[in-house]
Amino acid sequence: MKHTLRQVFHSSKFLVGFIIFLLILLTIWIYPFFNPGNPLEMIGVGTFARPGSYVSLYDALNTSTETLRLADADDKRLDKLLSDTDRISMLDWFDSAGVDVGDLDIEDTDTLLDLWFANYSSDLKPAGMTNAKRNYYKRLNNSLMQVRAADTLTITDVDEATGDPVTKGTVTKTDYVNIGQVANVKRLPLGTDNFGRDVLKELVSATGTSIIIGLIAGVVATLIGLTLGLLAGYVGGLADDIIMFITNIFTVIPSFVLLILISYSIGQEQRGASVVAIVIGFTSWTWTARSVRSQVISLRNRDHVNLSKLSGHSLVRIIATDILPYIASYVVMAFILQVSSGILSEAQLSLLGLGPKTTVTPTLGLMMNWAMLYSAHTNGSWWAYFPVILTITLISFSLNLMNTGLDQVFNPTLRD
Amino acid sequence: MSEARERRDYTDGPLCLSGRNVTKVFGLGEKKTVAVDHVDFDFHEGEFVSIVGESGSGKTTLSKMLLGLLNSSEGEIFFEGKPRDISTGRRKREYWKGIQAIFQDPFSSFNVFHKIDSVLLDCINMRGGRSLSREKKIELMTEACSFVNLKFAELTNKYPFELSGGQMQRLMIARIFLLKPRILLADEPTSMVDACSRATILDMLLDLRDETGMTIIFITHDIGLAYYISDTVYIMEHGRFVESGRADTVILNPKAAYTKRLISDVPKIHEEWDLSTVDLKAE
Ligand SMILES: Nc1ncnc2c1ncn2[C@@H]1O[C@H](COP(=O)(O)OP(=O)(O)OP(=O)(O)O)[C@@H](O)[C@H]1O
Ligand SMILES: [Mg+2]
Repeated sequence: MKHTLRQVFHSSKFLVGFIIFLLILLTIWIYPFFNPGNPLEMIGVGTFARPGSYVSLYDALNTSTETLRLADADDKRLDKLLSDTDRISMLDWFDSAGVDVGDLDIEDTDTLLDLWFANYSSDLKPAGMTNAKRNYYKRLNNSLMQVRAADTLTITDVDEATGDPVTKGTVTKTDYVNIGQVANVKRLPLGTDNFGRDVLKELVSATGTSIIIGLIAGVVATLIGLTLGLLAGYVGGLADDIIMFITNIFTVIPSFVLLILISYSIGQEQRGASVVAIVIGFTSWTWTARSVRSQVISLRNRDHVNLSKLSGHSLVRIIATDILPYIASYVVMAFILQVSSGILSEAQLSLLGLGPKTTVTPTLGLMMNWAMLYSAHTNGSWWAYFPVILTITLISFSLNLMNTGLDQVFNPTLRD
Repeated sequence: MSEARERRDYTDGPLCLSGRNVTKVFGLGEKKTVAVDHVDFDFHEGEFVSIVGESGSGKTTLSKMLLGLLNSSEGEIFFEGKPRDISTGRRKREYWKGIQAIFQDPFSSFNVFHKIDSVLLDCINMRGGRSLSREKKIELMTEACSFVNLKFAELTNKYPFELSGGQMQRLMIARIFLLKPRILLADEPTSMVDACSRATILDMLLDLRDETGMTIIFITHDIGLAYYISDTVYIMEHGRFVESGRADTVILNPKAAYTKRLISDVPKIHEEWDLSTVDLKAE
């Protein structure tokens, strides 16, 4: 036993897979200590905030400033406010509004802005322009105004008695605050999703749930497959015929179709994560049952089993001590694959909208589902789905690597 | 074998195992193999029976049927004079209480996950020695190992697969000295043991037989060895018993051509030693 374990951990493939998987587990365990709270909390009001650090503007204004005169500040400001795509969009607007711009060089910021302020009006409704597009130009216009704004911004309040504006303070272009002194800075390394949730926090929690779903599905599938395989293989006869008949039925019907049908019939309300996991396990045991059966058939006539029978050992004891240890390595390998395919099945089911109930816990599949429903893939919000895909890939990769490693140890013919 | 051994006659004791028309057919149709073909036999209590035959003649198949590990296709086996009934698991376990086996292939006879100690301890427990003190158990195991020229101290904490084939066979025989079964089916139990140890081990087995009245069914392809140690021999060819009877009668006066061939195939060195009285050219 000890010897086998040592051999397993000497396999580099297994080790790499194991370490990756362990790191994933470790992250799931440790991350909530740094970022506690409900992963489904909607912190953002808008949808799909970009990844990055968010500084509270209110707190920044109330933070004492330093004056820094930086030579490239103006250029940077302009770059942020007026990107290349914005410039091209402006040209498009001129086009659709029928403004003749001649041979305008879009790199010539001053001319471009002059033309823009001369012609743009938010009331103008060029033919064929969608509402979304017009809103975009409105936002663009607002930010362009800042480019031309004066060096000093005045912050005003309203006098309650008279309704007159009262100057509260001013902000100049050379005022800087130290981010460390701003009371509220929120780091969102993976931005927010369509509901305004912190994607990273959600992802970590979803990874945990998905792994648990995979484990439950794997345990269920392995237990059913192992029990049926052992019974069919060892007892044989009528038991074998009946079990193989059932197994064949389950094999002929594609398990995913079965999975869809069962999930659908259970209904959204009853589909908790664990129910989905059990259903997945229940539809994916046939492969284990078949292979366990064939292994047991070749084992049951071995003389060490005969010797055990002659020694008067019970059926249970013979199965537990003379059969199971011989197929244990095999069952572990099958289990690892079941876990991996359980995670994938959950993702597939959720993509179809047949995954676990959406309000309690996030799963990797549900995150994909939400991202798709809110067209993250078409509006360029890569952070809402790409990290999820990457995580699923990483989990399956590590599990399959472990499996290959085990295979090389236990089936030495494959060893190179 | 020691010349001094007084040969008590065990061949007319009460019946232990007998069979009529016992047959085993493997496979169906084209691939059908008749491994054991309508054999009759009568083994008596305390008898040392050898079944001799070439490779593939059906010896192992017959012994598996005798052990109740393989169902016969036809015919009936009698146990202590009555038809043997092992149709249920409980009856099987009852039948197996007094029967033990040494299987042909020592490499597949041990559970590779159990240490040698637990193999032997299991035997002591089976004989009701569970409550013995640790020292007593070790003493018993050491003694059993010494019967087969093994040193228990060298084997303890090892796994069976760490032993050589011959050592495994001897360990298998050591179990018999702990278990002292009523019936022993030994399928070429010493095929990998050196000639010197073999003589001692078989001698010890005969002593055990004399002591406990154990019936030994000994399977071998070595007719010279069978002549030495058995009371009765059965000669098996292609699943049939072509000849049977008291060892000296059969081997000194073989009737069947097959038996003669088996005897003539024994290397010369044996012939000089113990088959000098066989006149092969007489017939
Ligand atoms: N499980 C089985 N299925 C099909 N055929 C079998 C099976 N076991 C044995 N046989 C066949 O039955 C015949 C007798 O085999 P058996 O093992 O009894 O021979 P044996 O006398 O013990 O030979 P050996 O001296 O080599 O051990 C052989 O032809 C063998 O091919
Ligand atoms: Mg054999």
